[in-house]
Amino acid sequence: MNGRRHLAEGVRLVLALTLAGLGSGLAIVGAYQATLPAIRANQAEALRRAVFEVLPGAERMERLEWRDGALAPAVDGGGGGGAAGAGPAVFAGYGAGGEPVGYAIPGEGAGFQDTIRLLFGYRPERRRVVGLAILESRETPGLGDRIYKDPEFVAEFADLAVEPRVELVKDGGEAPHQVDAITGATISSRAVVDIVNAAGGEWFERLPAEAPGGAGGGDGDGHDR
Amino acid sequence: MATTARGGNGLPILPPDPSPGMLPEFVKGLWRENPVFVQVLGMCPALAVTNTAVNGLAMGGATLFVLVCSSFLVSALRRLIPKPVRISTYIVIIATFVTVADFALQATVPAIHRELGAFISLIVVNCLILGRQEAFASKYPVGPAVADALGMGSGFLLSLTLLGGAREVLGKGALFGVSLFGPDFEPWVIMILPPGGFFMLGFLLLGFAVAKEARQKIAERAVGKEAA
Repeated sequence: MNGRRHLAEGVRLVLALTLAGLGSGLAIVGAYQATLPAIRANQAEALRRAVFEVLPGAERMERLEWRDGALAPAVDGGGGGGAAGAGPAVFAGYGAGGEPVGYAIPGEGAGFQDTIRLLFGYRPERRRVVGLAILESRETPGLGDRIYKDPEFVAEFADLAVEPRVELVKDGGEAPHQVDAITGATISSRAVVDIVNAAGGEWFERLPAEAPGGAGGGDGDGHDR
Repeated sequence: MATTARGGNGLPILPPDPSPGMLPEFVKGLWRENPVFVQVLGMCPALAVTNTAVNGLAMGGATLFVLVCSSFLVSALRRLIPKPVRISTYIVIIATFVTVADFALQATVPAIHRELGAFISLIVVNCLILGRQEAFASKYPVGPAVADALGMGSGFLLSLTLLGGAREVLGKGALFGVSLFGPDFEPWVIMILPPGGFFMLGFLLLGFAVAKEARQKIAERAVGKEAA
């Protein structure tokens, strides 16, 4: 008799938790479905804004993937979904007249606290970095987060030579390929430079000086600076 | 006094005292039983994300939402939840609302969601929320339970905003992102770093204790005068 009552009590407990779990699951799936489009749109919008930010003069962008040794337009159509697509991808930017204004190259690597994800603009015909945007980072507030909050540091990447390679210096380097480290955030500064160099090593040789299928001709100010 | 019987996370399960009414249940969380400065609960988010006023406000808002929804549901289901698995059930309920809040923040204010990071998910283990379920919502009808949750949640929100605001002013020279002192201000950076959280919390706790003591002295003096 006692055993049976015990069993019934056990069933009641299992039932209560099962129902709680079921209700919880339904609520979470509902919330997920309801917010997913907005979350996706936010991520795509953030990426799009970053592309236009690092490529001065860009009016239009195209997602290009590296497949079988060549650059090809992305199959999934545009930069939908901020998450990494099928293959490694870059974003080609075009000006108002359809002329190429460079490529936005994503990169990521270890920062001081967590992975830093960033995007930088690159003009192959000048071999220069022309802009930098940090997409995701958890650097120390007030110190490491100056890699995107300090206008002086960000400005270092507005016209930065990539040859022989980007170099971090601690006392105001003047050479076109040198970046001045942020005082108190050397590790974060170095992380950014390392990520740019690593992503550059992967992409710089793949990118033609003239964008594929672009209006050719470049924008006239090719090599004179 | 009704409050003494249900302090201390309701360890002995006593028959509840009758609720003194909706308004007192709401007001007590704002000052007299303030969750941060008096009960010293929920210290993890109170220290971790309050480096700006906006972050404190967002964290407080998310916690308020989770607390009110959980208290409502726990109170409404309090006769159906079997005692031996009540804590597990509360956690499932709380975790559900936290996940919903997480998605909602990510969809509406992605920048703030990015700043708060993992601490949104960690609302699940905020002892303030579980404490209110066990000590209050599971014993009282929906009305007082929601009033209590609104009060405690608002108290938490105000405390976090105060902490965040004070740290932002000292550590960044700004409030709600608006620069206060111009470009010549040299920010006291440590105030927005983790040690600054401890300093500021310590100062504010001290302030609350001094205020409490002063009130007690005034009350004692009044009693003394009457006796004399």
